[in-house]
Amino acid sequence: MTNTVIRVENLSKYYRLGLIGRGTLREDVNRWADKLLGRNQPLAELEGKLTGREQGEIWALNDVNFDVKKGEILGIIGRNGAGKSTLLKLLSKITAPTEGVIKIKGRVGSLLEVGTGFHEELTGLENVYLNGAILGMSRDEVTSKLDQIVEFAEMKQFINTPVKRYSSGMRVRLAFSVAAHLEPEILIIDEVLAVGDIEFQNKCIGKMESVAGQGRTVLFVSHNMNTVQNLCTRGIIIDRGTIVFDGSIEEATSQYMSNGGETLELSKQEFKGGMDKIIGFQEIRLNGKELTNGAQTKPSEVVAIELLGDCKKTIKDAEIFIAIYSDGFRLATIFDQEKTEALNPGNFRSTFVIPEKLLKPGRYSIQIGAQSTRLKEWMISDFIGSFEVAPLWSNEIQERKVGPLNILNRGGGRTQ
Amino acid sequence: MPKKDNTDANHWDQIIEPHGNALSPRFAELWRYRDLIYLFVRRDFVAQYKQTILGPAWHIIQPLLTTLIFTVIFGKIAKIPTDGAPPFIFYLCGTVIWTYFANVITETSTTFTRNAQVFGKVYFPRLVVPVATSASKLISFAIQFLFFVCFLSYYWATGSQVSPNAWVLATPLFLLLMAMLALGAGLLITAMTTRYQDLNVLVGFGVQLAMYASPVIYPISSLPEKWQFWANMNPVAPIIEGFRYAYLGVGQFDPFQLLQSMMVITLVLIAGIIVFNRVERTFSDTI
Repeated sequence: MTNTVIRVENLSKYYRLGLIGRGTLREDVNRWADKLLGRNQPLAELEGKLTGREQGEIWALNDVNFDVKKGEILGIIGRNGAGKSTLLKLLSKITAPTEGVIKIKGRVGSLLEVGTGFHEELTGLENVYLNGAILGMSRDEVTSKLDQIVEFAEMKQFINTPVKRYSSGMRVRLAFSVAAHLEPEILIIDEVLAVGDIEFQNKCIGKMESVAGQGRTVLFVSHNMNTVQNLCTRGIIIDRGTIVFDGSIEEATSQYMSNGGETLELSKQEFKGGMDKIIGFQEIRLNGKELTNGAQTKPSEVVAIELLGDCKKTIKDAEIFIAIYSDGFRLATIFDQEKTEALNPGNFRSTFVIPEKLLKPGRYSIQIGAQSTRLKEWMISDFIGSFEVAPLWSNEIQERKVGPLNILNRGGGRTQ
Repeated sequence: MPKKDNTDANHWDQIIEPHGNALSPRFAELWRYRDLIYLFVRRDFVAQYKQTILGPAWHIIQPLLTTLIFTVIFGKIAKIPTDGAPPFIFYLCGTVIWTYFANVITETSTTFTRNAQVFGKVYFPRLVVPVATSASKLISFAIQFLFFVCFLSYYWATGSQVSPNAWVLATPLFLLLMAMLALGAGLLITAMTTRYQDLNVLVGFGVQLAMYASPVIYPISSLPEKWQFWANMNPVAPIIEGFRYAYLGVGQFDPFQLLQSMMVITLVLIAGIIVFNRVERTFSDTI
C-alpha cells in the first residue's frame, strides 16, 4: 500500500555477551603475540568455528517484520529485555542493525529519554534551543514555537533560570514540551510519561493524542497498560526478540497481562534492581496450586498467594511483597509481614491473603519483589502472571459496582 | 509535506541497513545540523566560565604562565637558541598555536566516552560534536592570539628583532591545517577508545610528548642537520615554523614542506572521518 511509512524487514540485532574479552589493548596484544609465536590460542577455536548465531550472542531482535501505516499509533509492549528498547534504538538510528532493513518515509523524531543533553549551567531558554537542535530542529523553528513550548511547560517565570536550579518535575515538563513541539511525521516515544505529576502526564497524553490526530504516526513503548490502551490503535508484543502478537491494542494488552498462556518459569524471571543476587524465587501458588495462566478464583473465596523462594544471607529487615494490578494500574502492594523481621539464609515461604469478596470479577496481574531498607536494596519483577476472578455475581458482588474493588458498604447505609 | 514523496510507494526517505555508506551523505547531513554545531559552540563557551571568578581571563593566564616557565627554563637555564628572536615572544608564539592543537585533540579524542549518555538516547550526526569542539576552541585561540599580538606590537615598537611579513595573511590556513590534523587524529583516537579504554590515559601524556617532538620550544634550525629532515616529517612542524616565520620573521620556513604536510593532514582527516563513521554506527553497543 502507498501509505506505509515504516517498513521493517527481517530485522535482527545481536549483542556480544562479552564472554571473549577484548576490552583492553593488552588482551589484543597478547593474542597477536600468541599468534606470532604459534602458541596455543584458547580463543581461536571459539572464534574460528563459531560465528553469528552460535557464538553465545544475545539476539536482542531476531527476524522482526512489520509495517506501520500513516497515522497509526502503534503500542509496543513486552517484558524487560524483550527487545523493545533495541527496536526503538534501531528505528531512531542510535545503533545499526546486524541484519535486515528499515525503510522510513518522512522525518523521524525520537524521544527515548526526556531532557537528553540538558546542560546544568545554561538557562531554561538556552536549553530549549540546545535540546531542540539535538532533536533535529533548526533555530528558526524553535523561535517560532518558543511561546507555545514555554506555555505548555508552564515555565514562563523560570525560563531564564539555570536548569540546575530546576526540580526534576520542571526539567521533565520543559523537556517534554520541547519534544512535543518537534512535529515530525513519525514520533517514537519510550516511556517518558513515567515521570511528572498526574496532571502533567494527562496533559502529555492529550498532546500525543492531538499529535496523532493530525495524521502523524506514533510508536509508543510503555509498561502502563492503561496509557497504551487509551492512546494506541494497534499493539505488538515482543518477547525474546520476536514479535509474538500483532493486532488490536485491546487483544495485545490482555494477552500481555495474562502472559500469553505460557507456563511460569519463576527462576528465569528477570528483575529490576539488584537484590536478585541475594533472593531468588522458585514458585508461585494460587490457593494451593501452582499459578498457571487462566487460573481462576471465585469472588466469594479468599485469594491466597504463596511465594516460595530462597535467601542467600541474613537480611535483618527483608520485606517480600506482591503488587496487584488491574488494567495496568497498581491496586495494592501486599507485604508478607506487617512488621518486618529478619530473613535467614535458606528457603522461605511467604503467604499473601486477599480477603474474599474484595476483588470484583476480572483479571488481575501480579508483580513480585523484595526490598530491604537497611541494605538499600530492592528487586521487582515485570508482570509474572495473572489470575481471574470468575464472573459469578451475587447479592454482594454485583455488576453495577463499577471498578475493580468490591467494597461492601458495611456500617454505612442510608438514613432518611 | 511534499505530496509526491508519499504517493510513490517505492520512495523511501531513509533506509537503515547494517552497513551504511561511510562517507558520502554525511556532509549534507552535517550541514543540516549546522544550528546544532553553533549551539554546541555557544554552550561550551557560556558554560565553561559560568561561576568562575576570572572567567575568560583563564584563556590568557594559562599560556602566559606556560610561556614564562619556558622562558626561564629553556631560555635562561638551558639556553636553547631562538633564531635571534626575543625568547619570550618566541615561546609565546609557539605556545599559542600549539595550545589550540592540544586543546582540540585532547577534547575530540574523548568524544565517544564523554557523550555516551547523549549518543545512546538520541540520534544526530555524531561528527557534529568534534566539529563543534574544533570551532569552540577557536574562541580561546582568538583571545590568546590577541594577547600575543599585543606583546608582538610592544616588541615591534621597541625595536626588537621581530619582523611580521606577508605570510601573516596565511594565518587562517595555518589554523585550518591545525584544526584538520587535530580533528583527524582526535577522531581516530576516540574511535579506538571505544574498544581500548587504555588509550584515554595515553592521550594527555602523548600530547605532552608530542610537543617536545614538535618545534614549539626550539626552532628546527637548532637541531643537528641529519635530524632536521625527520623533524620536518612531523606534519605539525611546518605549520609552527610557518606561523612563527609569518609573525617573527625567523626560522626555516619552506612552503613546499607545508604542502607536503597538507597532504598528510588531508589523509589523516579522511581516515579519521571514515573510522569515526564506522564506529558511530555500533558504538553504543560496545561502550
